[in-house]
Amino acid sequence: MKSASGQEKSIVVRRFDPARFVALVRKESLQAMRDPSTLLIALVLPLILLFLFAYAVSLDVRHVRIGVVLESPGATARTLADAFSGTHYLDVTFAYDRREVVGKLIAGELRGYVVIPQNFERHFADTGSPLVQIITDGSQPNTANFVANYAQGVVQTWMANLTGTIPMPAVQLEPRYWFNPELASRRALVPGAIAIIMTIIGTLLTALVVAREWERGTMEAILSTPASVLEILVGKLLPYFVLGMLSTLIAAALAAFLFDVPLRGSLFALLVLSAVFMMPALGQGLLISSLARNQFLASQLALFSGYLPAFMLSGFLFEIDAMPAPIRAITWLIPARYFVSSLKTIFLAGDVWSVFLPDLLGMATIGLIFFLIAQRYTRKSLE
Amino acid sequence: MYPVAALPPSSAAEHDDTAIIIDHVDKHFGNVHALRDLSAEIHYGRLTGLVGPDGAGKTTLMRILTGLLVPDAGHATLAGFDVVADNDAIHVVSGYMPQRFGLYEDLTVMENMRLYAQLRGMDAGRHTDLFTKLLDFTRLAPFTGRLAGKLSGGMKQKLGLACALMARPRVLLLDEPSVGVDPVSRQDLWRMVQALTGEGMAVVWSTAYLDEAERCNSVLLLNEGRLAFAGPPDELTGRLKGRSFRLEAVGAQRRAVLAEALDLDTIGDGVIQGAGVRVILRAGAGPEQIQALASRVGARLTPVPARFEDAFIDLLGGGPGGTSALAERLSPVELTSDIAVSCHNLTKRFGDFIATDNVSFKVHKGEIFGLLGPNGAGKSTTFKMLCGLLKPTGGEAHVVGLDLRRAPGIAKAQLGYMAQKFSLYGLLSVRQNLEFSAGVYGLDSTTQRERIEEMIRIFDLHDWLSAAPDSLPLGHKQRLALACALMHHPPVLFLDEPTSGVDPITRREFWTHINGLARKGVTIMVTTHFMDEAEYCDRVAMLYRARLIALDTPDVLKRDAASADRPDPTMEDAFIHLVETSALTDEVKI
Repeated sequence: MKSASGQEKSIVVRRFDPARFVALVRKESLQAMRDPSTLLIALVLPLILLFLFAYAVSLDVRHVRIGVVLESPGATARTLADAFSGTHYLDVTFAYDRREVVGKLIAGELRGYVVIPQNFERHFADTGSPLVQIITDGSQPNTANFVANYAQGVVQTWMANLTGTIPMPAVQLEPRYWFNPELASRRALVPGAIAIIMTIIGTLLTALVVAREWERGTMEAILSTPASVLEILVGKLLPYFVLGMLSTLIAAALAAFLFDVPLRGSLFALLVLSAVFMMPALGQGLLISSLARNQFLASQLALFSGYLPAFMLSGFLFEIDAMPAPIRAITWLIPARYFVSSLKTIFLAGDVWSVFLPDLLGMATIGLIFFLIAQRYTRKSLE
Repeated sequence: MYPVAALPPSSAAEHDDTAIIIDHVDKHFGNVHALRDLSAEIHYGRLTGLVGPDGAGKTTLMRILTGLLVPDAGHATLAGFDVVADNDAIHVVSGYMPQRFGLYEDLTVMENMRLYAQLRGMDAGRHTDLFTKLLDFTRLAPFTGRLAGKLSGGMKQKLGLACALMARPRVLLLDEPSVGVDPVSRQDLWRMVQALTGEGMAVVWSTAYLDEAERCNSVLLLNEGRLAFAGPPDELTGRLKGRSFRLEAVGAQRRAVLAEALDLDTIGDGVIQGAGVRVILRAGAGPEQIQALASRVGARLTPVPARFEDAFIDLLGGGPGGTSALAERLSPVELTSDIAVSCHNLTKRFGDFIATDNVSFKVHKGEIFGLLGPNGAGKSTTFKMLCGLLKPTGGEAHVVGLDLRRAPGIAKAQLGYMAQKFSLYGLLSVRQNLEFSAGVYGLDSTTQRERIEEMIRIFDLHDWLSAAPDSLPLGHKQRLALACALMHHPPVLFLDEPTSGVDPITRREFWTHINGLARKGVTIMVTTHFMDEAEYCDRVAMLYRARLIALDTPDVLKRDAASADRPDPTMEDAFIHLVETSALTDEVKI
């Protein structure tokens, strides 16, 4: 391959030597298995995250605590107050003076309150319309909206019952929710959590282990051997690829058997999707480690460029369609976005390849770009 | 012994034993000019020392030779291969041991060796004979199952050497292999390297310890990126023939005599050596002045052989003068008791690891007291307990009669502390660093202003006040650190490895100040792993494996190590002698 200074000697070094590659993979696997922090990130952290998303995080509105202040002593007013306690969407605290509930609202114990004022009966008798005041906690706008709308609904239903004149709507709405009939947010969150876990293993862990080699000076020693950059980097990625896939399987099993999230698609499709998602995840980790050669910087970069976008811009927690247009455009650059979309489909709908194929293409493209940039920046040199 | 199959191959090599050619190599890192137009040759079958203080460009040169860095200008070839164009071949024909332990601490000795064997294209299963030989050679055979991270400093270096020797390189490059290695293991490393060169390998050994240069067949002396000297070490020391003298048995006056000698214009350099003072005449100067000084103090002046360090300082134009502007300004220290620092049965455990084991001693007022030992011997731990930075597990420590456990605050106000690597605040300017240390010792604002101005004047820091400490030349940085530690005029000064990584001239200047302080009655506690620096101390406590193995004056310690074939032993010889005679046999010596 190379000849030296006019002499008849030459040493050919293969770019990719299977024996060296196996040695590097073996070394990396031994290290990963001996390092408690690797196992913690790869196996324990996913468990904690899954439990967190399955039980602690809920986007459903149920049992919202409100107060009903009954200042009017009349019988009509009392039936209206009773109407509020008849639903499981609200937990009602009754009071006879609004001062009793104001403090609770400020303290955050109540999300709002409804006042049935003293002149309710007379006003109702005079005008035929009920006079109520609805106060909500605007610091949580979604819940405030819900309380206001729901309270209005309760009043209207009560009116209809009272007057006996139920205004028949022209169209009777009977909504059916596909894929997630109970609208349980857990069913949408747990599949998405797999994307977060894979991002952590693929990007964070990879960035850390490569940066660690630089930090501890072991990279310098390895670079001085005939091993090529390709062998060193691929040898480093393979064990974490396997670890990531293992973690996915565990998370999927937990989702299906413990959290009652149905896996409507096939395991094969799930593995294909996960394997392709590992490309951008590992590629990003590699890119970070070629830019940051210490573990602290690498972990910060991985958190800000990998974990946070995967969390917020992937459609996992916040709906992409509800985002403003510029942010929506940015989400196309986030590999987790494609993975979350496919994961939700595979768990809740089934194997819909018309969804998977564009997602796979998106992930593979971003992955390829990451690898190409990483390769440009990682040279067999210490500069 | 270890066989080297790959001798210089081609026909050209029969006439030419040149292993490495460095041809006008230049290298920058940003504003730093690491190597300046460097040209040199290194030969097979020889041990070549790459010698120079920290920052001289040794590591940069090593990395260029192993193909890990590309020179900005010039060329280098190793075993006939260009380090840039034939980069892949370089990695096959050379073995490289980086300065920092480059092996995997979470793999065992055997796993590391296997990894490197396979990376160098060897089948570990079929080369058991080579493994056996290497393990034999490095005496690591009993530890193959041990994690590399649990090895001692010396054993780590030997493992590094074994891995670098895999696949029989023609050129072996060792970057500061003796750092962090105790003197006994260091002897082992020398023995191994000498065996390798005996079999035709070219070995490059880089070091900041100038005394190691004397052991090499040939030396490349680097200073600030330039080649200051190339050739056999005795050629350089030969230039000092008849210019090295020792004033014998000066005893208690030695610091005053050294200061006076250094201020003579015929004297280029001088150091304290036990009870004597060693001086070097400037080129062309006669011994009359120093002879006069010797007769005046009643000391005998004897010629002594020159050392490599003397030659290096001479090459750089001599060391600093002998008067410390700092000490001149200090008023003599008054203490009620003659004992400035003492400890009794001092012990520190970290889990089941004993870092300091039952250490007791007393330090007198105005004494320079050295804690000496290899890395990991417990110097720093003992030191930190003495200045109240670490709580002892057992025993007690007193500073100026104050118990560090009962009155740590008052005791700490009585001592100045200069930490390893100077520990200045990089984000504060020089003036702000001075202001901070004045403030932190609780001086009132008038005194603060006076002291800061005083330090600026003494240490000549005027031109640097708004500069960042890291941009200072090393000598100034050291002055600043010393100024910060002395801001409150403490009667006791603690110096933790004050001169590690510092060039010999800066070290001289530093010791001039320390000697001056001691003459004013300041008690100095100092740790060092430069064995020859221990000569400046009045008494030396030798620590080894957490225990105090000896405590005496440098002269007595050296005298005990003297033998028929080593009539004038060095401090390092004394240390090795002590370790060998104490019951604490090194693990590797099975």
